[in-house]
Amino acid sequence: MDILLAIAIMALGAIVLGAALGFAAIKFKVEGDPLVEKIEAILPQTQCGQCGFPGCKPYAEAIVNGEEINKCPPGGAEGVQRLADLLGREVKPLDAEEKPKQIAIIDENTCIGCTLCIQACPVDAIVGAAKQMHTIIAQQCTGCELCLPPCPVECIHMAVIPETIDNWKWKYPVVEITAAPLQKAA
Amino acid sequence: MLMNLFKFKGGVKPPSNKLQSNHLPIAQAPMPSHLVVPLHQSIGGTPQPIVQAGDHVLKGQKIGEADGWISAAVHAPTSGTVLEVGMHVRPHPSGLDSLCVVIEPDGKDEWIARTPIDHKAAAPADVFHHLQQCGIVGLGGAGFPAHGKLTPSKGVAMDELIINGAECEPFITCDDLLMRERADEVVCGIAMFRDLLQPKKVLIGIEDNKPEAIAAMRAAVDAQKEPFSVVAVPTLYPAGGAKQLIRVLTGKEVPGSMRSTADMGVQVFNVGTAYSAWRAVAHGEPLISRILTITGNVHAPRNYEVLIGTPMGELLALAQPHPDTDGILMGGPMMGFLVPNPQVPVVKTTNCLIAHDDRLFPPKAPEMPCIRCGSCAQVCPHELQPFEMYWFSRAKNFGKTQEYNIFDCIECGCCSYVCPSRIPLVQYFRFAKSEIWAREREKNAADQAKTRFEFKQYREEREKADKAEKLAKAAAAQAAKKAAEAAAAAAESSAAPAADGAIAPAVAAPADVPAATVNPEKEAKRATIEAAMARAKAQREAVQPKNTESLTPDQQKAAADIEARRVAAHLIEPEPVAPAPASEKPE
Repeated sequence: MDILLAIAIMALGAIVLGAALGFAAIKFKVEGDPLVEKIEAILPQTQCGQCGFPGCKPYAEAIVNGEEINKCPPGGAEGVQRLADLLGREVKPLDAEEKPKQIAIIDENTCIGCTLCIQACPVDAIVGAAKQMHTIIAQQCTGCELCLPPCPVECIHMAVIPETIDNWKWKYPVVEITAAPLQKAA
Repeated sequence: MLMNLFKFKGGVKPPSNKLQSNHLPIAQAPMPSHLVVPLHQSIGGTPQPIVQAGDHVLKGQKIGEADGWISAAVHAPTSGTVLEVGMHVRPHPSGLDSLCVVIEPDGKDEWIARTPIDHKAAAPADVFHHLQQCGIVGLGGAGFPAHGKLTPSKGVAMDELIINGAECEPFITCDDLLMRERADEVVCGIAMFRDLLQPKKVLIGIEDNKPEAIAAMRAAVDAQKEPFSVVAVPTLYPAGGAKQLIRVLTGKEVPGSMRSTADMGVQVFNVGTAYSAWRAVAHGEPLISRILTITGNVHAPRNYEVLIGTPMGELLALAQPHPDTDGILMGGPMMGFLVPNPQVPVVKTTNCLIAHDDRLFPPKAPEMPCIRCGSCAQVCPHELQPFEMYWFSRAKNFGKTQEYNIFDCIECGCCSYVCPSRIPLVQYFRFAKSEIWAREREKNAADQAKTRFEFKQYREEREKADKAEKLAKAAAAQAAKKAAEAAAAAAESSAAPAADGAIAPAVAAPADVPAATVNPEKEAKRATIEAAMARAKAQREAVQPKNTESLTPDQQKAAADIEARRVAAHLIEPEPVAPAPASEKPE
């Protein structure tokens, strides 16, 4: 008799807890993968596709699925470091050359107004119309270089953003100690 | 007058070094060879230049228009010719260039017409506008446009107006001399600020190492029968910091996160600001000169009244620097910085030039490891923990530095001054702050890029869907039309042989005739293309040159000649007389 009561109590407990869990699974369902969002927050959002994926979000999804974390040149070595910290993976050297931050500039005398760069720009940072001169809104340009290949007259070039008083930063006060080159004994 | 004073925590007492320069009256600096006036001289927007190279300007003529509310106009310090508007180095630790107006004085020093304003009769908004147009900014150091601080905070009654004559940094004596020699006008300026802000009390705080200035200010206040209290505050660096002076005089502690002290019912102005604001209101003189201490490694340290834009090297020569001088320090030894070269001009916030040499400022011994003695925390006037902020700044762990309230640091330099390991703590904090700001900018840019990218994707999707929908609609319409035509044709053909009694099959026929004879999909596509071609044709025909209606016969003839030549040169197709053939490819 006792054993039956025990089984009944356990069964009741299982039903109640199972119902609670089932309810929680529906009520507190997480839409999307929160890890993708965290990774995307670290990626620089240039949407340049240099990682081989069509935008930052696809790359973030690919990282979750096991893609390497060192494929984002605009993010630089620091971006790799932050991704490694987030994901608990090993830091790897960047898979490409790290470049200073640049923006695209259209040579307005050469531009023929073909609108191809406007279609290529992922962030709508180019203004212009068919057969009218185009120009780049410097503040919106992410420096993704996607407008360079479609230009039929090669009138777009990349320029490093110059240091001005507004974006100047104090330097790191720690001077790295490097080994002096050994002098060969005469 | 007896008054209960409060204390702020921490502070240091560096050797004051003020006696060298405060025994001689203010002298007028001679006219420099040229003036370099930077356009960005205050916090806020960069004024836009409104003169060009070659223009002749008069003394006090506006050369830079204020850009936005928190910005102040810039004026020509003397009459002369504008040599150029170009990039020149500006007194800033970066040593980078910014837009400046270079003026060659003509020696006449000819004033433009000055328009004083009666601040008691005028509306406060007009007074603020006048101060902005006269370029009045805080002369204590930060250079915040004065009209911005004079605008009362909404919903907070102004309790105290504090006038800062503490001048706590060593070596600097320009405010001391200003109060000694021009106390009357300083008090007039304070009275004007009082009228605008309507505070309950006006307190003038002066460090007790300036007894002459205190006496002069008291005499001026008594002479004008104003109820201001001139308070001698204990000499302790940084008593001249706004939040420290508020604490000493009122006992109020301004929370670190609070941007404006006006929200606490307190507002602080430098004595120099009060003086120049009064000159602007009562005499219509814009801020084109200021009093400046030249001291340090020189024979004749003294205060000079100098024009804004004077190259610092020319000024230093007045005080006869010793031959071993190897640099110019702008500001005091605690918060100042070495300027990159002697051509750097004086700006509105330059209060002191110190000739630098190794005897006055011995080179610092190498930095040693932090021993966690806590001296820096004891002297920090903002009760921060510099040693913790140092560790995290050094490790570039900027989130942690913010947890330790790095943005409350006023960079006064007390911690670096007392550090037994000679760690340049303030430099670490400046580095951390500018990194945090840069990251903030990058983060905002990335967020913006993301939204724009997502919107572009959404827009492309939407355009695609719209197009598909339109095509589907057109195709359906065409198919229906064809079906109706076919039905009509079938009805006609079937009506002829079977005149009577054959109506039933004729009615049934339309349903299956098109399906049987033509592929409806193909038909619809062809119909769409045809419709598009017809539309394009109609559009081409509708286009008429807009400027040909009112041409004179001569002009028409000239145009016809040109057309003929272009046809002859095969530049264009001969203009078709009839509408273009329908076989042209659709657009």
